[in-house]
Amino acid sequence: MSTTLKRVHGFLAEFDNVQDLYHAAEHVRDAGYQRWDVHTPFPIHGMDDAMGVKRSKLPYFVFFGGLTGTCVAFTLQTLTQTTFWADIGLGFLQKLAETYPTVVQAKPTHIWTLPAFFPVMFELTILFSAFTVLFGLLSMIGLPRLNHPLFVSKRFAKFSDDGFFVCIEARDPKFSQEGTKTLLEKLGGKNIELIEDDI
Amino acid sequence: MEATATTHSTEAHTGAPRILDREPLVLNNRSYSWITNRICGIVENKQPLLWWVLFVPSVLLTLLTVFCFTYLISTGVGVWGQKQPVAWAWDITNFVFWIGIGHAGTLISAILFLTRQKWRTSVNRAAEAMTIFAVMCAGLFPAFHVGRVWMVWFLAPIPNANAVWQNFKSPLLWDVFAVSTYFTVSAVFWFLGLVPDLATLRDRCKPGLRKTLYGIFSLGWRGANRHWSHYETAYMLLAALSTPLVLSVHSVVSFDFATSIVPGWHTTIFPPYFVAGAIFGGFAMVLTLMIPVSKIYGLGDLITPKHIDNMAKIILLTGTIVGYAYCMEFFIAYYGANKYELQTFQLRGLYGPSTWAYYFMFGFNVFAPQLFWYRPFRHNLWVVMFVCMCVNAGMWFERYVIIATTLERHLTPGSWRVYEATWVDKYTFLGTFGLFMMLFLLFLRFLPVIAIGEVKGVLPQSNAHASDHDEKGIQEEDLMNYPDRHVAKTVA
Repeated sequence: MSTTLKRVHGFLAEFDNVQDLYHAAEHVRDAGYQRWDVHTPFPIHGMDDAMGVKRSKLPYFVFFGGLTGTCVAFTLQTLTQTTFWADIGLGFLQKLAETYPTVVQAKPTHIWTLPAFFPVMFELTILFSAFTVLFGLLSMIGLPRLNHPLFVSKRFAKFSDDGFFVCIEARDPKFSQEGTKTLLEKLGGKNIELIEDDI
Repeated sequence: MEATATTHSTEAHTGAPRILDREPLVLNNRSYSWITNRICGIVENKQPLLWWVLFVPSVLLTLLTVFCFTYLISTGVGVWGQKQPVAWAWDITNFVFWIGIGHAGTLISAILFLTRQKWRTSVNRAAEAMTIFAVMCAGLFPAFHVGRVWMVWFLAPIPNANAVWQNFKSPLLWDVFAVSTYFTVSAVFWFLGLVPDLATLRDRCKPGLRKTLYGIFSLGWRGANRHWSHYETAYMLLAALSTPLVLSVHSVVSFDFATSIVPGWHTTIFPPYFVAGAIFGGFAMVLTLMIPVSKIYGLGDLITPKHIDNMAKIILLTGTIVGYAYCMEFFIAYYGANKYELQTFQLRGLYGPSTWAYYFMFGFNVFAPQLFWYRPFRHNLWVVMFVCMCVNAGMWFERYVIIATTLERHLTPGSWRVYEATWVDKYTFLGTFGLFMMLFLLFLRFLPVIAIGEVKGVLPQSNAHASDHDEKGIQEEDLMNYPDRHVAKTVA
């Protein structure tokens, strides 16, 4: 005989349409729940307000990601093509990178040839920003992950077609098996399921 | 309130602002699941015979390119027709041509996103795919043009022998950075847009290899709003990054020419002119691909006459900008009083050995799109396809005129020579069409051709406040972005 331990993940309730889901979200927010989410096939505008979700912090990370790109491009180019680093007393960097600045296309090796470096600085700013967007996003939303308790639910697969779900997690301090279920029923939730996770 | 509701229907219009009556972006009131089934069905069902009819020749053409490049490597770059003074010919023409094709994809996905043009949702996925495949085709040519293709890694900023670094002051190296950044960012943008739709495919698959693969690439997406919130910010940021990027890429490509001192290339109008031309040629290719796809797979409700109409208008606009640039080049050649430049333009357009190319260019790019001033032409798919084919060809001739014919007549008559393409030139270029088509057909076969999640988001029923309003027109508006529009209800 085998026994499997189960842990309650939360309650999953289905709603008929965007409007019902939106109003349900407002009520769950007002009931003071923290660890819950709605699952929809497309982003619903205004849902952040209805849920009380704050604006994403991603742009701040991306700004610094982009700045890193600019600096990398500046350093790479000035280090290899100019005497700038030696001029400010950091000649060892130039030795370290084994560089030998040469005059090409009549462009001198001092720092005032800088405009010729702008295109690459621009491109690397964009490149580093884009990577920061991708990896910043993934780390902020905790993806990729191989599995999630919600995927146990047969009905949940509808979320990517035309299903609108609310899931209130058991980790929420206000969660209770009866109270949360009653709330979801009262809001018009259908097919309310208790999602359990194998430990 | 009942009365105001009827004023907005088209039959009983009583002077209320018509601006609220918008053409629906999805015809026939389709439901969410209809959209899912129709788009996922393309991937899940057997492909129509026509898919195979196109796929097999595409693969054969791709093999032709592989053969030509193998022959080139084993024999030498001399198998191409370029000799002094025409050292840049079909290869760079093809490079600029393919890079330009890509630009419409980024324009649709980024600039139209930032300007809240919701009609982009039905075409952006395929256009972005087209961007990526076009850039792949483009990259081949400069890589092989360097001569010893196995040394192409010298372009990367890695210190090679003798501490010789790349020349960062060269437009050719700027090009390397611009194109590789463009490809990478486009791929990231495309992939990020695909994630929710891959999740849709994953959820519809039976367990097996396909489900596993879609599962891995959809990253465990579960449509949570806390995810969507970050996701939309990320998407917006990528759009905001891609917009200057796409303008920079073709500007940098134009610097390859504009920063030189060759008469006919040394022109300040090149950056905007190249960008407009790229968008022009790219949109023509988007339509060339999307009209057949829409017909073959029955996507008429999603890719509506309005979409085609809008894209035709963009072709008209950019084609006219390109026409302006052609004329302005001539004017500046005359007005600038540089006799070498004037001579170049006279040879290009009036009595040179390659004026035929100039007439093709002018006719295809400037005159053909003027048909789109007339609305019925924009709605006749045969006319649209005809104009797009003209533009596709015309834009290739434009690059050919700029690149090869300029070099044919250099500063001194001693270095004059008319360029002739060899069979290797021709078949390599032909083969890249096969590569492009093959990749696009595989994309149709395995990935959702229309952004499912985004199309659902523009349906009227996706507005969280749809039931709060009586008026049809307002429901289609994105009320949450404009909370004060709520008052529009009483204005009428």
